[in-house]
Amino acid sequence: MLGIINGEVYDPRNGINGEVRDIWIEDGKIVSASAASPPELGGTEGGRDAAEIIDATGLVVMPGGVDIHSHIVGAKVNAGRKFRPEDHRDHVRSRTSLGPPFRGEVRGATRSGSGYTVPSTYMTGYLYAEMGYTTVMEAATAPLVARHTHEELEDTPILDKGVFITMGNNHFIMNCIRNGQREKARDYVAWLLEATKGYAIKIVNPGGVENWKWGRNVSELDDEVIGFGVTPRQIVTTLAWINDELGLPHVPHIHAINLGQSGNARTTVEMIEALEGRRAHFCHLQFLSYGGKPGKRLRSGAAEVARAVNEHPNITIDVGQIIFGPATTMTSDGPLQYRLHQLTGNKWLNDDVEGETGGGVVPMQYKRNNPFNAVQWLTGMELFLLIDDPWRVFLTTDHPNAGPFFYYPQVIKLLMDRDYRAEMLAGIHHRARKGALLAELDREYSLYEIAIITRAGTARALGLQNKGHLGVGADADVTIYAKLDDKEEMFARPRYVLKDGEVVVRDGRLVHERPGRTLYVTPPYDAGIEADLRTHFEECYTISFDNYPVAAEYLPHCEVVPCA
Amino acid sequence: MKIENVVCPFCGCLCDDIVVEVEDSRITAVKNACASGRSLFLNAHTQAVQPKVNGEEVDWPQAIDAAARILNDAASPLIYGLSSTASEAQRKAIALADLLGATIDSTSSVCHGPTTIGIQNQGEPTCTLGEVKHRADLLIFWGCNPAEAHQRHFSRYSALAKGKLTPNGRKDRTVVVVDVRPTASSRRADIFLQVRPGCDFEVLAALRALLKGQHLDVDEVGGVGVVQLQDLVERMKSCRFGVIFFGMGVTQTGGKHLNVAELLALVAELNAYTRFTTMPMRGHGNVAGADSTLTWQTGYPFAVNFARGYPQYNPGEFTAVDVLARGEADAALIIASDPVAHFPRQAAQRLSQIPTIVLDPEINLTAQVARVMLPTAIYGVSAAGTAYRMDNVPLPLKKVVESPRPTDEQVLDWMIERVKTCLA
Repeated sequence: MLGIINGEVYDPRNGINGEVRDIWIEDGKIVSASAASPPELGGTEGGRDAAEIIDATGLVVMPGGVDIHSHIVGAKVNAGRKFRPEDHRDHVRSRTSLGPPFRGEVRGATRSGSGYTVPSTYMTGYLYAEMGYTTVMEAATAPLVARHTHEELEDTPILDKGVFITMGNNHFIMNCIRNGQREKARDYVAWLLEATKGYAIKIVNPGGVENWKWGRNVSELDDEVIGFGVTPRQIVTTLAWINDELGLPHVPHIHAINLGQSGNARTTVEMIEALEGRRAHFCHLQFLSYGGKPGKRLRSGAAEVARAVNEHPNITIDVGQIIFGPATTMTSDGPLQYRLHQLTGNKWLNDDVEGETGGGVVPMQYKRNNPFNAVQWLTGMELFLLIDDPWRVFLTTDHPNAGPFFYYPQVIKLLMDRDYRAEMLAGIHHRARKGALLAELDREYSLYEIAIITRAGTARALGLQNKGHLGVGADADVTIYAKLDDKEEMFARPRYVLKDGEVVVRDGRLVHERPGRTLYVTPPYDAGIEADLRTHFEECYTISFDNYPVAAEYLPHCEVVPCA
Repeated sequence: MKIENVVCPFCGCLCDDIVVEVEDSRITAVKNACASGRSLFLNAHTQAVQPKVNGEEVDWPQAIDAAARILNDAASPLIYGLSSTASEAQRKAIALADLLGATIDSTSSVCHGPTTIGIQNQGEPTCTLGEVKHRADLLIFWGCNPAEAHQRHFSRYSALAKGKLTPNGRKDRTVVVVDVRPTASSRRADIFLQVRPGCDFEVLAALRALLKGQHLDVDEVGGVGVVQLQDLVERMKSCRFGVIFFGMGVTQTGGKHLNVAELLALVAELNAYTRFTTMPMRGHGNVAGADSTLTWQTGYPFAVNFARGYPQYNPGEFTAVDVLARGEADAALIIASDPVAHFPRQAAQRLSQIPTIVLDPEINLTAQVARVMLPTAIYGVSAAGTAYRMDNVPLPLKKVVESPRPTDEQVLDWMIERVKTCLA
């Protein structure tokens, strides 16, 4: 048994706001969290003698961080790594033997790695853990290459992970919609999630990625998908219906249309309304909350979008906050990536995936003195401050699209410290600053609210019952911070991080490597669909139906998360 | 016993429709495969073979011990090969290189390594082979000869394949071959452009100029008439979905990565007119996997050195031919490859001067000069695993026959454990 005693605990799901608590851990789970020592230990003295104790007096205790949207593994990320050696050269990590023994025990060795915006897999696991995060969701994988994603996940240590499967441009689903067979689409989605060992439905620029295979895109909810006669609206509403029918733990995870373009706040709000009350998550909403006229100067449309989010309790969002500095844009949104290539002149990777999706990668540099980037930065800040309910707005940088994940502590400081925010605002391009709503927003997030937007809220939105809180039965993923005035420093270097009850980080440095688990779902479906699928595979794919599913051997460390 | 949907691990096509018949642990028949694939399965010998150290048969623990000692004693060991083994084994090989502070390189460096460098300069507009099959109405094969080197490429994925928008197969596509000589592939093309050897860059640059609407003051470039080039540019601009497949005729002639970068730039620019993509014709069955696994574990796809404790990348410095030819490597572990048969003399010679360990199902030329020979099961035949097709689609390899030999992955695992205890 391990105890974390006398810590100042922030556990929003259980309503604990900075109260001093003792937390007891056994077999990787929280077994007691109370003001007094747990009764089953037979009294304070006996229990404490028998256990390992972390004295958290004066320290802040939170559940381990839960990232709802990050691109850390898989074909796109690896293509980004492969074509950006310039990203890695000055950002390396040496292999270690993990320094001095911890409690008399030598804990093996860590692997080396490289990369800044696109770190190698082992390094990604270490960096997240050293920032106090213990669960991360990979935000997009094409089903055809899910096997690759799982191979990389197995090489991403410590973290628990899940994979979102792109379905917004899938031929089988679009055919079902056209033919009015949504039950068949539902069974297919269930089969696909099981076959790819996926966690959630991901929708990226519905219909637009298919149209890109003709050199086109979609720009309105009712535009037609070439060759299918369906619309973005139909794709999104059908998948939202399917998600509810299957009772998936997460909701449809939506990257809407017109990403990055002036005036997209209108189509974003239209898509929120099109769901007619069905639950959904809109990701990296900053990129989808711009005012102004299409093709004209970019302005923040955060107020309009935040109003829609506030009025629709069925919607959760993550921000995708811009971090000034280098980034690597990578999405399944093929036409967007080509546009970024044209805008920046930077090198461009494109990968169209047969019958399913596409994608691209373009390096990026966000600059304070670039008026476009400055508007993007303040749009993200405004979303954080204008959306009232912290349980529905989450901290992400859409890593590595808007910036690397290890800048989350900087974003936390921006949210908690309005003077620091004002200082940053003063440093951005004057044209973006002029008349910006952000200057009038003096809201500051509390530690309790930060705990919501970085773990409690994300875990709840993901339907992870055992994550994001410190109640009895929760996974013993715990992060302990020193209570510092500089919130960036505080959150960048946790004093302790525990994963499944084992100390993996001390004083911001990794001390113990262990594998994490891959979380996936197995919703039920009518097995009769397989006959149709065999025909579909013969017609549409270049690999056989039998070679498509990812076998259990690819996930030696895994956990099935139940559907409702 | 009939086993269906077997993936053939021979070349980068990774055809996954092979039917293999097995009787008494012997492969008796192979259907659907090309001549190379059929031969790979039918000639797969799977009998027990003892490892050898200095020519003497030893048991496995002794062989692993000898190999681990060689690697531990070396100041600058090299691990090379990787492209004909499963990604599970590749991942172990990289872990071993990290542990040793070794140099690790794959056969990419003497093949499509320049392609990687070109992509690092220019990006890469690409797609999976199914997109080619279903959409492409213009196929250009540049410096490659799939009719002989990727024998089922035409029928499964490209020239002859019948797809959704190409229901009549060959009739719905225009096929162009660009090469320095007529080949089996050029004879099946609608248009053959014969480039003077070494002039690929000039021809590509001329195509880019013509695409931009510039006038060329010459009648021919690199042996190809400007009229023909102009015709090709018009076809490229007006097709529905175009693709350029390219091979070592582009990557290993003068200019190397510059040729590739020029080709990639041309393809990117064509997307202003229509959809255009490109794909390298990867040779070995899992060479794409070697690029992938190295990249996700280290950040770099080949020519990686761990001597400083972290990965460094430098083709020309950390490529296998160079560390051998310069005499820097003082021990070598060769995995599923035969560099003595293929490397320049100086590099090959070095392998016979230093303690070399070979991990391979075959007694190849390298094995004949090796100090330690570790005979393993054949990936995709007697060992399961994962391989990546030339378009980076990962496929599961089956173990169709039992073999008493260990897999590459198992042997590398033993070696890692032994090296760790030696280090401790």
